[in-house]
Amino acid sequence: MNRTTVGSTGLTKRQLLWKNIKKSKHSYILLAPYAILFFTFTVIPVFMSLGISFSYFNLLEAPRFVGLSNYIKLFLEDEVFIIALKNTLILAVVTGPVSYLLAFLFAWLINELGPKLRSFLTLIFYAPSISGNAFLMWLIIFSGDVHGYANAFLINWGFIDNPIQWLKDPDYMMLVIIIVQLWLSLGVSFLAFIAGLQSVDRSMYEAGAIDGIRNRWQELWHITLPSMKPQLMFGAVMQITTSLAIAEVSMQLVGFPSVEYAGHTIVTHLIDFGTVRYDLGYASAIATILFLIMMTANLLVRQILRKVGN
Amino acid sequence: MKRLFKRKRKLNRSLAGDIFLFAVLLGFGFFSAYPLIMTASNAFKPLDELFLFPPRLLPRNITLDNFRDLSELIGNSWIPFSRYFFNTILITTLGTGGHVIIASMAAFPLAKYKFPGRRIFFTLVVYSLMFAPQVTSVPNYIIISGIGLIDNPSAIILPAIASSLGLYLMKQFMSQIPDELIESAKIDGASEYRIFFQIVMPLVKPAWLTLIILLFQRLWTTDGGSFIFSEELKPLSYALRQIAQGTIERAGTIAAVSFIMMIVPVTFFILSQSKVVETFSHSGMK
Repeated sequence: MNRTTVGSTGLTKRQLLWKNIKKSKHSYILLAPYAILFFTFTVIPVFMSLGISFSYFNLLEAPRFVGLSNYIKLFLEDEVFIIALKNTLILAVVTGPVSYLLAFLFAWLINELGPKLRSFLTLIFYAPSISGNAFLMWLIIFSGDVHGYANAFLINWGFIDNPIQWLKDPDYMMLVIIIVQLWLSLGVSFLAFIAGLQSVDRSMYEAGAIDGIRNRWQELWHITLPSMKPQLMFGAVMQITTSLAIAEVSMQLVGFPSVEYAGHTIVTHLIDFGTVRYDLGYASAIATILFLIMMTANLLVRQILRKVGN
Repeated sequence: MKRLFKRKRKLNRSLAGDIFLFAVLLGFGFFSAYPLIMTASNAFKPLDELFLFPPRLLPRNITLDNFRDLSELIGNSWIPFSRYFFNTILITTLGTGGHVIIASMAAFPLAKYKFPGRRIFFTLVVYSLMFAPQVTSVPNYIIISGIGLIDNPSAIILPAIASSLGLYLMKQFMSQIPDELIESAKIDGASEYRIFFQIVMPLVKPAWLTLIILLFQRLWTTDGGSFIFSEELKPLSYALRQIAQGTIERAGTIAAVSFIMMIVPVTFFILSQSKVVETFSHSGMK
């Protein structure tokens, strides 16, 4: 028996916990609908995915345990996965940091403007990310014939003689995906930065000026960045997660599958095995790898950002 | 230039810096706006203007031909177009409405009450922001087919309601409501549920708009994925995508489709921008 009592209530720890739970009945009732859906569609699936990844499963027959063979196949036999992994990492390493810096840079520049111009520019930069499939416009810009805007422009100015097959030539596909993804990437983190900048205490700037801060770069580093660290952290999570999950842009612009898999990513590979080939065990192994990459990247960057301004 | 940067405090600013930064903004602003302007303007261009080089930023002869072509193509499909439209409206309203109510209900105790399990639950929500929903696509399919929701709009609506970004933002926003407000209502004898619906909910209207816009654009563009296969249950985005399928010859129709898909969320954002930005000032993470 556990006889340790807490405080002067004369109750054991377990009794106290039970009392707390009963007292918080309303909290659990309010939380319940969300919690049920959240566990059903997010928490349980993460563990299920891990479990299924050790099996062969095609939805028709019962899953069969196959040990690590899906993972072994992924890394040793599946050349396409290695291409997908490489492409995903390149896309993430380029679009992640660049989009993060751009989102911050624009938010910071916009912050200096009057309210009307600020709202207008916020709209201009944020709109691409909520414009549905307006990114298909890039299909015309990067169309492979002479009518494509990019080709027409480059031919007109004498940079090239023959049109470039932007969407079919493996040498250019990644570049196109990166450009379009950056165009789409000023999303919620951009809004978070704008909001964060607006809530920085004005008097801190004045105090800084007295303390000898001479230009806007010093002001940025010593005052602005440290005071909006929570938003910077939130924005990082959003950008990392998005930049590692690029798929839609690749599938719509360079095709699915793309020529020589030059635009293939981990997520398109996952879609291929999950919804086209119905090899769910294998798809789950891909998903588990992706999950691990995303979590590692996020936790790592969090550690680094914690050091900003310290 | 000086008028643009109108601010009381002129400390720490150099004119060269202002000009440089303004040029950067102008350049990237154009990069950002160009495809959207072209989408809007192509939607109203006659076919012969669509392939002109240099492409005109604005149409010379404004025409509704592309929309007429679109409605003709739609008229020829064997499912009445209004059906697709209805499906999307259904998914979008139930999804966003359910999300705002259910996520707020959960956010309230997480923000304002201490109860066993609260920290663990919120940590799980924060961790779930760190991976994309595609990670769970396979088990989600199995779960949804297991509870018999395949080919049912709920297969799209229910997972969307549980979106964790919305709960996260709502909880952060509610945390800044003064505790005294809740305490005094409690002293007046209001139940927790009454406090939630009558005091807290009206105070977090900016956050509602944010949750709505974030989920709206996701649901508005959903094509049903692998969850909905009956033609009569397919959403608008699917139908429009089918029509727009094709190469550059259908550039006009594609532009008309993209214009319709884009103008609704963008208009919504224009109307709610200041409230949305206000919500994000509490989005910070430790």
